[in-house]
Amino acid sequence: MNNQDLPRWATAFVMPVLNLLSALLVAALVIYLLGESPIESLGILVHSAVLNPEGLSYTLFYASTFIFTGLAVSIAMQAGLFNIGAEGQMYFGGLGLTVAMLAFDNSLPWWLLIPIGMLGAALFGALWSFLPGYLQAKRGSHIVVTTIMFNFIAASLMNFIIVKYLVPVGEQNPASRAFADAAAMPLLNQWFPILGETPFNISFLIAIAALVIYGVVVQRSAWGFKLRATGLNQHAAHYAGIRISKMIITVMLISGALAGLGSVNSIMGSTHYLSLNFVNGAGFVGIAIALMGRQHPLGIFLSAVLFGALIQGGFDLSLEKPNIPTETFIFIQGLIILFCGAMENFYAPAIARLIKRKG
Amino acid sequence: MTFEDLHIASVLVSTVRNAPLLIFAAMAGLFAERSGVIDIGLEGKILASAFVSAAVAFATKNPWYGVAAGMAVSVALAMLQAYVAISQKGNQLVAGIAINIAMSGLTFVVAQYFFQQGGRTPDLGEARLFDVILPGSAAIEGVPFIGWLYAHLIGGHSVLVYLAFALVPLVHWVIYHSRFGLRLRSCGENPHAADAAGISVERQRYLAMLIAGVLCSFSGAYLAIVQSGFFLRDMSAGAGYLALTAMVFGNWRPFYTFLGCLMFALFQAIQIQIEGVDLPVIGRIPGSLIQMVPYLVTVIVLAGLMAKSVAPKALGTPFVKSR
Repeated sequence: MNNQDLPRWATAFVMPVLNLLSALLVAALVIYLLGESPIESLGILVHSAVLNPEGLSYTLFYASTFIFTGLAVSIAMQAGLFNIGAEGQMYFGGLGLTVAMLAFDNSLPWWLLIPIGMLGAALFGALWSFLPGYLQAKRGSHIVVTTIMFNFIAASLMNFIIVKYLVPVGEQNPASRAFADAAAMPLLNQWFPILGETPFNISFLIAIAALVIYGVVVQRSAWGFKLRATGLNQHAAHYAGIRISKMIITVMLISGALAGLGSVNSIMGSTHYLSLNFVNGAGFVGIAIALMGRQHPLGIFLSAVLFGALIQGGFDLSLEKPNIPTETFIFIQGLIILFCGAMENFYAPAIARLIKRKG
Repeated sequence: MTFEDLHIASVLVSTVRNAPLLIFAAMAGLFAERSGVIDIGLEGKILASAFVSAAVAFATKNPWYGVAAGMAVSVALAMLQAYVAISQKGNQLVAGIAINIAMSGLTFVVAQYFFQQGGRTPDLGEARLFDVILPGSAAIEGVPFIGWLYAHLIGGHSVLVYLAFALVPLVHWVIYHSRFGLRLRSCGENPHAADAAGISVERQRYLAMLIAGVLCSFSGAYLAIVQSGFFLRDMSAGAGYLALTAMVFGNWRPFYTFLGCLMFALFQAIQIQIEGVDLPVIGRIPGSLIQMVPYLVTVIVLAGLMAKSVAPKALGTPFVKSR
């Protein structure tokens, strides 16, 4: 629709907020139909995820992972590519990290292990996004379907790899051995004891740094300009001398690497071993975050924190209200993608009319 | 030894039984995409109609009520998609993915609310759709090959299986030989020309999505009340995407799409057969690797190693009437 005519505050702030509220309203209706009070549920959620410091640090812990998957989906979206595969890329990234840790965790100090782990995660994540990117660039295979297929393939392949090669002898649990203590991300509660005994770690700071780098590169660099030009109009970009297929492959590699980095927080920051299905939907959350945050660094940050709160609060909520299992938040995620992504201009005509009447 | 003892016989029978799930969804996608709307939300519609048809069939003890309820839900979702794609002129891919993710969560939540079995419905038992036994099957059973062919490969399936196979020529006729089909294709190829010829592109696309919703619901109903006899969390397991790929493989044409569906169904049948079997040279292939087969095949098909496909020209572009 004609949202170009709307002022910036309307498209960048009012509309996303209205869209988000619409999604949450539908969610509230469903919670009401399940026989629970939406207001009371919201109260439990806010109390558990934001108001107490321990809950808040869990919220930010989850947000650290989501920032990476949100960035992964966002940067691909800047080039007009809809990467649904962050889930599989993060899963595979976790394998890269684990391989690096199993090789070095007993011989190297922590300040070397962290960058090596990150490198392994980024490398394997990029590896998993290379083929979909290549097939899109060279063969025109639709990236949405190939990345979804790669999610399924990753799930089966990782199952095979973990069970066959990584489970220590004599163990039943489908997980790798635990890493040495040196391979743990430093926790933030050693400087801020108020945060309590939570896995909230320096991944959060790395995620913030990644957001800043993303913002600068996309908005301020020549490469970022080419990236956005490709996303806005491939033909025009090609005519201006940008190599589209190279751009597609490069941005998918970066996207996969970012998704892979999401595993650093989950594994090195919390469990300290690779387990089956550890990603647990974080890649799909990234899609919602990218759409809700409109691929803007600040938007991604706020959306990631919101989703962190939904996961943390939702977990406590599911304990108190058995009718609202954590899967409710998968549904809410779908609603947010629907309202903030597919119907993003739903309120544009109404706002345009409102502004016209005033002016 | 009867023919039934051979593995190839059971592979063929299970191919016939796997195919309808994909055929219904692929034909649904065909209508949507031939009109110019990308239908990546097949997966979510299959899942939603599978759950609703299982739940209603269980509650009413009548599979046909289940089929009808599944249809209602699938049509509602298709209309939502149509509203976003056609009236809102929003991103059709995002709308489809949103529906898929939302349904993956919602079906679990509602199943848990009603049945408390970890997102599963109880076994349907009597409320399943039963197989059609062709007249004279028993008499001819003893005849080698022909008896098997008549009683087990052609006969002995649920009504929905026959419906799926009958659908293919019907869809072909509608798309290529009816006035409706001509208009549908014109909207997918060149909506502005269709508009200039006096066809309402919006109406045509809404109708296409309505048909897609109806057809897709049979996929879900088939999955839940014929193939499995219950609903299980995320039980569609990518079938919607496989159907979509079969359609790409079939170049958006009904008969070739049907062949694509049969191909995927055959791979699934073989996959079940070789699970846990010691193969010569390679030995036993672990189940987790065998599970990858349909998805790998999809990627290979999409990579264009098997077919070079041409999509409808206006696919995915919202129609904005020119002034």
